[in-house]
Amino acid sequence: MELSTFFVQCLNAVQYGLLLFLVASGLTLIFGIMGVINLAHGSFYMLGAYLAFGLSPLFGNQFLLQLAAGVVLSVAIGFLLEWVFFSYLYQRNHLQQVLMTYSLILVFEEIRSLVAGNEVHGVAIPDWLSGGIRLGDVMTYPVYNLFASASCLVVALALYYVVNRTRLGMMIRAGASNRDMVRGLGIDIRLLYRIVFAAGVALAALAGMIAAPVSSVYPGMGGQILIICFVVVVIGGIGSISGALIAALLVGFVDTFGKVLFAQYSGVSVYLLMAAILLWRPEGLRNRGF
Amino acid sequence: MPPSTTTASTVSTTLPASPASPASPASPASPVMLPEAHAAAHTSARTAVHTWLLPVAVACAAAVLPLVLSGYLQDLAVRIMITAIFALSLELLVGTTGLVSLGHAAFYGVAAYVTVQASPADGPGNLLILLPLAMLGAGAYALLVGALSLRTRGVYFIMVTLAFAQMAFFIFHDTPVGGGSDGIFLPLRPVARMGEQVLFDLDRPLSLYFFTLAALVATYAFLALLQRSRFGHALAGIRVSEQRMRAAGFSTYGYKLAAFVIAGMLAGLVGCLMASKQGLVNPEFLSWHESGAVLLMIILGGLGSLRGAVIGAIAFVLLKELCASEAVFGAFASHWQLTLGLTMIAFVAFLPDGLIGLGARLGRMRGQRDRQATPR
Repeated sequence: MELSTFFVQCLNAVQYGLLLFLVASGLTLIFGIMGVINLAHGSFYMLGAYLAFGLSPLFGNQFLLQLAAGVVLSVAIGFLLEWVFFSYLYQRNHLQQVLMTYSLILVFEEIRSLVAGNEVHGVAIPDWLSGGIRLGDVMTYPVYNLFASASCLVVALALYYVVNRTRLGMMIRAGASNRDMVRGLGIDIRLLYRIVFAAGVALAALAGMIAAPVSSVYPGMGGQILIICFVVVVIGGIGSISGALIAALLVGFVDTFGKVLFAQYSGVSVYLLMAAILLWRPEGLRNRGF
Repeated sequence: MPPSTTTASTVSTTLPASPASPASPASPASPVMLPEAHAAAHTSARTAVHTWLLPVAVACAAAVLPLVLSGYLQDLAVRIMITAIFALSLELLVGTTGLVSLGHAAFYGVAAYVTVQASPADGPGNLLILLPLAMLGAGAYALLVGALSLRTRGVYFIMVTLAFAQMAFFIFHDTPVGGGSDGIFLPLRPVARMGEQVLFDLDRPLSLYFFTLAALVATYAFLALLQRSRFGHALAGIRVSEQRMRAAGFSTYGYKLAAFVIAGMLAGLVGCLMASKQGLVNPEFLSWHESGAVLLMIILGGLGSLRGAVIGAIAFVLLKELCASEAVFGAFASHWQLTLGLTMIAFVAFLPDGLIGLGARLGRMRGQRDRQATPR
């Protein structure tokens, strides 16, 4: 492999890994803190992509404004869903959560089909992000992909700051390690849950919005990413954000280079990685540590 | 292996919550009776009859159904029965042993591929060879997956089984092993052949119907006996408290692995039947949606009893059929997933014990009414 190809593939791997991290961080938080197996989390990624598809004609080149509007909308949707639906799932056992959130996937997919149809849509890359950066003589790397990586990185850093350096983050970490104790200390756990859930929805939707111009928008896009994100969460250790980051980058690299090196067997590589890591560490890389 | 029979019987009697529902077979077989079991002795005789009478009656009813059903409805009945075997095979893992697997469709799919690949291209395959081959194939894969994934537990186990199923999915989807994403067709349905003597031909709808019914009855009976056996008691013990079972001298890993392989082989039976019925196999057989759906069925029906799994399979297939029926929902039928999803959410919200809990709940209500009616 040439050095420039290798470099480009590394960039791709990082971009994919960071996108996965945005979706998986919400999943791992919801799982670690509320104890809910949310199979419908992939639908929030899809929600983001369709938001991008719906909002981009309205905002045109104001891409950042569009992202902000999308995040606000998805936070609102997250609050609503938690209030109407997910808050009832906390007392149920894992199997019932699986059943309910699996049913929710069906519901979300059909709502998507009713609202936006079943076609594959493209989302235009805003003009100011369209060009490419020349690498060597023949290769170029799209500016948008760099922008995607950079914005994911910013969000990841912001998340790190919030979780590790703020009062809210302290409550979230406490909630993940001992739910009952947090409740006992007089913290409004319901509000905390609602915030965490809405944040998880917003993170997944943001990933969907960022990914939409490169991956296009299509039915069933949530299911694919959901399974990979579960892999990320499990490799990283359930409830651990830093574990999710390490695992997401690992999965990004294994998947990207798997596709380059052994095209046909690439689908298997990520799952082999997961099996290997779980045999080595049955509780994930960083169980219960942020 | 357990050191002696005495330990085993002590364990099975001291477990407070032997299999969930009162109708479940494990309780009457306990050698030493608990105090409450004495009190309920006369009713338990009635429930014991009740336990086998209903399934036998249903099987007899199913045997005469082809007299009145034909074409589409008979096909639907075959589909329901195949699905019911699938649900039963997973029930052994989830309901009996307490191992939640989200990758059960892999074994079903592997067996379907084995069935199609092992069939000769120029004539019908022999079911008496294909069926054991498919079950062995599924069992071998289950042995591999189980040996590795049983080292983890809880949610990690759910995810590892899912990962192994996805691995199998991608092997069949991306590589030319099984015709890629289009799958392969089975040119002719298998026949059961002894030497030159053709016993029956699955190409005939009636043969397929009765063979499927026989497979369902055999699976049900096998699992019912298994649950009553020492092995079944050990599995139930593992579900309630694995730690206690280990303290009592059971090597739980071996028991769990055996259950996993048996469940995989039963799923292999389903795969062979389904491939024969559909006449094709494709990677969708192994998709996680299939694994999710079969898990849904047994939760929908009610965990912890064999009849719950069967009821769940019947309800799920019928519900799906109903939601997709244009006669009922008109043009909206193309959005059947929405109706199906909402219905299932309602089911879980209002019937947390599954459909089988509905009967118990109605029974309790009737009991209360009777008590109020009798003068003191």
